Amino acid sequence: MSGGDVTRDGLRGVRPDRDAMTGNLDGERRKPGRRRRGRAEQQMVPDAEFTSYYGRPVIKAPVWEAPDIPGYIFLGGLAGASSMLAAGADLSGRGELAKVCKVASLGAISLSALALVHDLGKPSRFLNMLRTLKVTSPMSVGSWLLAAYGPATGVAALSSVTGFLPPLGAAATAGAAALGGPVAAYTGVLLADTAVPAWHGGYREMPFVFTGSGAAAAGGLALGLADHGIPMRQLGPARAFGVLGAALELVASEAMEKRLGLVAEPYQKGNKGAYYVKAGKALTALGAVGAVASMRAAPLTRAAGAVLFLGSLATKWGIFHAGFASADDPKYTVVPQRDRIERGEQARATAD
Amino acid sequence: MRLSNGETLSQALYGDTDPAGASGYGDHPPRMGFFTDTSVCIGCKACEVACKEWNHVPEDGLLFTGMSYDNTQGLGADTWRHVAFIEQSKPLAGQIAGVQHDSDQLRWLMSSDVCKHCTHAACLDVCPTGSLFRTEFGTVVVQEDICNGCGYCIPACPYGVIDQREGDGRAWKCTMCYDRLQIGQEPACAKTCPTDSIQFGPLDELRDRAQVRLQQLHDAGVVDARLYGEDPHDGVGGDGAFFLLLDEPEVYGLPPDPVVTTRDLPDMWKHAAAAAATLALAAAASFIGGRR
Amino acid sequence: MAECHPVGFQWVMEAKARGATVIHVDPRYTRTSALADIHVPLRAGSDIAFLGGIINYVLERGKEFRDYVVHYTNAAVILREDFRDTEDLDGVFSGLDREERSYDFHSWQYEGLEVQAASGQRDQEYEDKVGTDHAKGDSFGSGGASIGSGEPQRDETLQHPRCVFQVLKRHYARYTPEMVEEICGVPQDLFLKVCRALTDNSDRDHTSAFVYAVGWTQHTVGVQYIRGAAILQLLLGNIGRPGGGIMALRGHASIQGSTDIPTLFNLLPGYIPMPHSHRDEDLDKFIAAERTEKGYWAEMRAYMVSLMKSYWGAAATPDNDFCFDYLPRISGNHSTYETVLAQIDGVCKGYFLYGENPAVGSANNKMQRKGMANLDWLVVRDFSLIESATWWKDGPEIETGEMRTEDIATEVFFFPAAAHTEKNGSFTNTQRMLQWHHMAKEPDGDARSDLWFTYHLGRIIRDKLAGSTDEMDRPVLDVTWDYPVEGSIDEPSAEAVLAEINGWDSEGRPLSSYEQLNEDGSTACGCWIYCGVYTDGVNQAARRKPGSEQNWLGPEWGWAWPANRRVLYNRASADPDGKPWSERKALVWWDDEESKWTGHDVPDFSASKSPSYRPPEGARGAEALSGIDPFVMQADGKGWLFVPAGLTDGPLPTHYEPQESPFNNPLYGQQRNPVRQVLQKRKDNRYHPSGGSPGADVYPYVVTTYRLTEHHTAGGMSRFVPYLSELQPEMFCEVSPELAEERGLEHNGWATIVTARNAIEARVMVTARMTPLRVQGRVVHQVGLPYHWGPNGYSTGDSANELAHLALDPNVHIQEVKALTCDIRPGRRPRGPAKNDLVLQYQRGAGVDENTGTEV
Repeated sequence: MSGGDVTRDGLRGVRPDRDAMTGNLDGERRKPGRRRRGRAEQQMVPDAEFTSYYGRPVIKAPVWEAPDIPGYIFLGGLAGASSMLAAGADLSGRGELAKVCKVASLGAISLSALALVHDLGKPSRFLNMLRTLKVTSPMSVGSWLLAAYGPATGVAALSSVTGFLPPLGAAATAGAAALGGPVAAYTGVLLADTAVPAWHGGYREMPFVFTGSGAAAAGGLALGLADHGIPMRQLGPARAFGVLGAALELVASEAMEKRLGLVAEPYQKGNKGAYYVKAGKALTALGAVGAVASMRAAPLTRAAGAVLFLGSLATKWGIFHAGFASADDPKYTVVPQRDRIERGEQARATAD
Repeated sequence: MRLSNGETLSQALYGDTDPAGASGYGDHPPRMGFFTDTSVCIGCKACEVACKEWNHVPEDGLLFTGMSYDNTQGLGADTWRHVAFIEQSKPLAGQIAGVQHDSDQLRWLMSSDVCKHCTHAACLDVCPTGSLFRTEFGTVVVQEDICNGCGYCIPACPYGVIDQREGDGRAWKCTMCYDRLQIGQEPACAKTCPTDSIQFGPLDELRDRAQVRLQQLHDAGVVDARLYGEDPHDGVGGDGAFFLLLDEPEVYGLPPDPVVTTRDLPDMWKHAAAAAATLALAAAASFIGGRR
Repeated sequence: MAECHPVGFQWVMEAKARGATVIHVDPRYTRTSALADIHVPLRAGSDIAFLGGIINYVLERGKEFRDYVVHYTNAAVILREDFRDTEDLDGVFSGLDREERSYDFHSWQYEGLEVQAASGQRDQEYEDKVGTDHAKGDSFGSGGASIGSGEPQRDETLQHPRCVFQVLKRHYARYTPEMVEEICGVPQDLFLKVCRALTDNSDRDHTSAFVYAVGWTQHTVGVQYIRGAAILQLLLGNIGRPGGGIMALRGHASIQGSTDIPTLFNLLPGYIPMPHSHRDEDLDKFIAAERTEKGYWAEMRAYMVSLMKSYWGAAATPDNDFCFDYLPRISGNHSTYETVLAQIDGVCKGYFLYGENPAVGSANNKMQRKGMANLDWLVVRDFSLIESATWWKDGPEIETGEMRTEDIATEVFFFPAAAHTEKNGSFTNTQRMLQWHHMAKEPDGDARSDLWFTYHLGRIIRDKLAGSTDEMDRPVLDVTWDYPVEGSIDEPSAEAVLAEINGWDSEGRPLSSYEQLNEDGSTACGCWIYCGVYTDGVNQAARRKPGSEQNWLGPEWGWAWPANRRVLYNRASADPDGKPWSERKALVWWDDEESKWTGHDVPDFSASKSPSYRPPEGARGAEALSGIDPFVMQADGKGWLFVPAGLTDGPLPTHYEPQESPFNNPLYGQQRNPVRQVLQKRKDNRYHPSGGSPGADVYPYVVTTYRLTEHHTAGGMSRFVPYLSELQPEMFCEVSPELAEERGLEHNGWATIVTARNAIEARVMVTARMTPLRVQGRVVHQVGLPYHWGPNGYSTGDSANELAHLALDPNVHIQEVKALTCDIRPGRRPRGPAKNDLVLQYQRGAGVDENTGTEV
């Protein structure tokens, strides 16, 4: 029944249209109450009751493309780790190793910068990256890091190759080595600081995966030039660095996937990223073993180095594509969030 | 730890806060927002059209999707208001659908989605050029003359709103008609919505009104009604554009428990620092045992 | 309503906010249903049975608003002895001439009235002159037929077996809930819920409103659908009261305006009937035939003379009957479909299409195009190159090879049109309210408004004819055509036209009411019902006082005809003593102290006529209506439950099956409307067999057409616009999951829909919103088709109206496109001549020939 009256003095009981009720038929009310869903606590099994909007993604996958961005991440890790290797090589009198590593880091970081600019929607505005420094933006932090690190590698490499200004070169080498760690690690934050489930969920381990992977790549690059630019006898640290990096990467990956639960799935199956990830792990492990086993043989060393290098490359491609897959399938966003709510652990900001 | 404006770090990153004030505006107007009450939406899509006309947003695809009456599909660079349609074999309170299938229940949910203008906006946080900024009204806007299309904001958004415009390269999204706000007008979508499903106004008022409306619906037996994004203590500090939904958020394509990625950023930097240190340690360890 | 009038629907939402119950009766569950409290799916074409069922419910249970019915309707009137109802004649009324396919309505008349003494001659003339044509309905204008002087016999107790009330009861006695379920497919309990909700909310203190659109009118019994609602609302006392009434939702921004100042062949402005040839030889005879004795139509001479003065100015004098002979005469039915037939038959040579796209929007698109292909010349005015402008090179018949461009001799002119934002003018909406719209910018390029086009075309023709001594040219040369023009494109002043419509006295002063119109030629008025829109020389239609600053009826926003009354027949909101029936439904009331009617609305009544006034013997015109005759346009001042004259197909709505139906009529032997208009022997307009006839099962499904929110009618204003096209980008059909399974249709795939006229393809939307229904013991499926698409524009597709036939309502000649039968099958349709082969194959399978479906 309408509650509005049209009296001689005008209208009474007028309500705005946004107060409209539907289905409120007299005598057909339902009692208000929330529906509860009981569920077992199984984190690995996908929720059979999970709903989505016509199977569409909830978040948006990045618009970044391969080879630009996975290449950028790979090259950044390679460069940063190489700078460290270079500094140690300098200090321990391994001249060829040092030179190669310095040139490699310059080459890698230059290529990575080009890749980054190439991937921009408006490349002509790349300098806008330096309008401001925002610590909430890993990309901003990274841009400034690169702005400092890049020239440092440049000076270090040039000095090494030309022999000019050795003290400046030494300072630059030290600087590059100091920044090398952050350069290799921050890309983990870059990926993790998004809503992409497979990336964000792995934010604790991702920097370790990337630094380890960077070391494997740097070591692998050096090993790959055994007796073809770097004498075998200088390669000990490269071997060690490569193996340590590989171990770090593999351990961190395992830890990450274990923690991710359901969201580890894109790293394991169902999309091409999983394929690359598995290839990366296999190659990295193989390369590490090879690096140890090939201590006397140059050809084997070179092979091991190449395998380590490729393993690191594959890992970046894998993580990149697996992330996209985790963004595209709504279940990886919805299920963990719905689970959180069911457990009473939804995100709350408390005053502290 | 406290920041210079007195906020704790967590407040600053994801807690209840006045976003305009926290962004440095001294004297600023009240925070403005949307309350989209989907219980009175009639699915007319006037909001979609008005938005495109006012903001010169390009047409973005002639595709018959079969997704009920939704051929727009979702928010993006070229869709800033998106009306979702969900046909369900469920009742809406005492409504009689009259259909004669195995089930005689039917309801048709309709909802106009929009950028949430989060209190803690991940897109804004991660933008490296400063293109995305917070306005004096507490809304989040892209400065298109600065954006260089790095695309970082796109995967950062927990709601999947902002996107890169094809052929243009920059990121675009709802501005809450910033130009109209500045002259005291309401956004085009709110103005055109015939049933006042899209309500615009000071956010506090809208939040109060929404609570009243929710109670009204519950009293009338619409048990499924719930608010979404209205809570300042949720994972994004509450949305500047919040909703009244008639089913779970994921039914509408919305994340059930969105969190601004920046919440975890301090922890991320800590882990990155540790990883860098570990790398350095590994490097040092590699050189143990002799010079050559 | 939410689909087609989303902005208007906000008022429904406001009503809901106040607690109103919204019931949506529609074959489909639409966006309206989503916000309604009850949705009632029913079989398209069965609404008269549904309404009749409610009428039966009201009458059986005594739920009518008795006082209202007795005093304000013709329920008490006694009918003639020789009246026979459909209950007596197995589905037809007395007076049916099966050969002529028409009714003689004399036996439907009131008992005790002179058989139109002044109009006896008229009747005979009608019979002779009208012949086999069915244009009678319009010759009564809108006052109903005139009734001779004298009073009808009445039984105030409503018991007399021949009183309207009892006849009504008997007529609907078999429209029981069981029958409603049989015919409409609406389960009894749902039907009874609707009846209860409606009757519980319709009494002294509560009113209910009906809202309808072409889902009701586009049938061979369309006018009777509306009559059904009228009967119900009169019985329930809902007419003229706040929250009551019957609202017709019109399909275009100003289609109301285009019937008021008509683009209809059979009406002059203000619903004065168009003179017929042979019959109304002079003004006197015309007026005598058309005016009524009582009510406001008694003043028809004043309205007519003022109209003639407005057309021909100084040339119209008493000596020449005010140029009455300059008016063209109609010789029968010149409605749009008759015009198309005349084109096909080579009689009609030229055609103007102003913002109209019959190649998509009119029934039987092929016949539309075939008609246009036979013209000498065609002028199309629109924003874009619509299908009706380009059919000659890319229409479906070119694809099938039935027509070849090189053989089509029609000269087609396309003139780009200005949009409503590029010109001044008025819209008249369904509430009869005129709202002025202002030019925001001049049109670009060659685009021009219809006013510009018409004015300058007339100017050029007059220039060419200037100095002619031929009698035939006098009407064009004498017509008043002196509008000022403005702007860089010489746009005629729309406000000057408005002023002319409003009218002026002999001093040139604007009039303010139709009561000022005179018979002697001292006043001119372009449309008597619009008189007052330019009162005091102020454009009343342009008023925009915000709602918050005035009375809730908003009388100072725009201007409604007549005389800015917002609710017609609002006298009926007060009882016979002039007091509102209920203090919570107070609209107008009698103020005894001031001796006048007062209230929120302009009273639709003589302001100073007391409720106790009874007319003296021999009174005429407005004086002949008593203080309790609220229906002031009707000849007897009462709401007509029973229509004694004025309709061609019966005084009471009767359930007939549509022209094409999978079912027999369970109520009567008479299957369909016996006097509906059908085309005979047109190859391009074959009908299907129906009901139990052999071959009916070749087209087993009911199909209905409709609009979507995102598009507009034949697509001229939406399919060429990217923002709208992307919202609904392709033609699609809506089918239930059960039908999809039965026919192997895949969601998001393609389907071909076939009738005896044509075959089209559409994307498939399988949805639970389409429901199967149980009718006469078996399941029937319905197919839904939006009708917006054609091959041109941004968003293209096949046109639903390719499937439609021409079978028309006999009163207003509207096409029946809301209930057809069809077959549907998966996959895209054949291309080229193979498409016609498919159509013919189906025809042969159903045994369709030139006679199928044409029987009375």
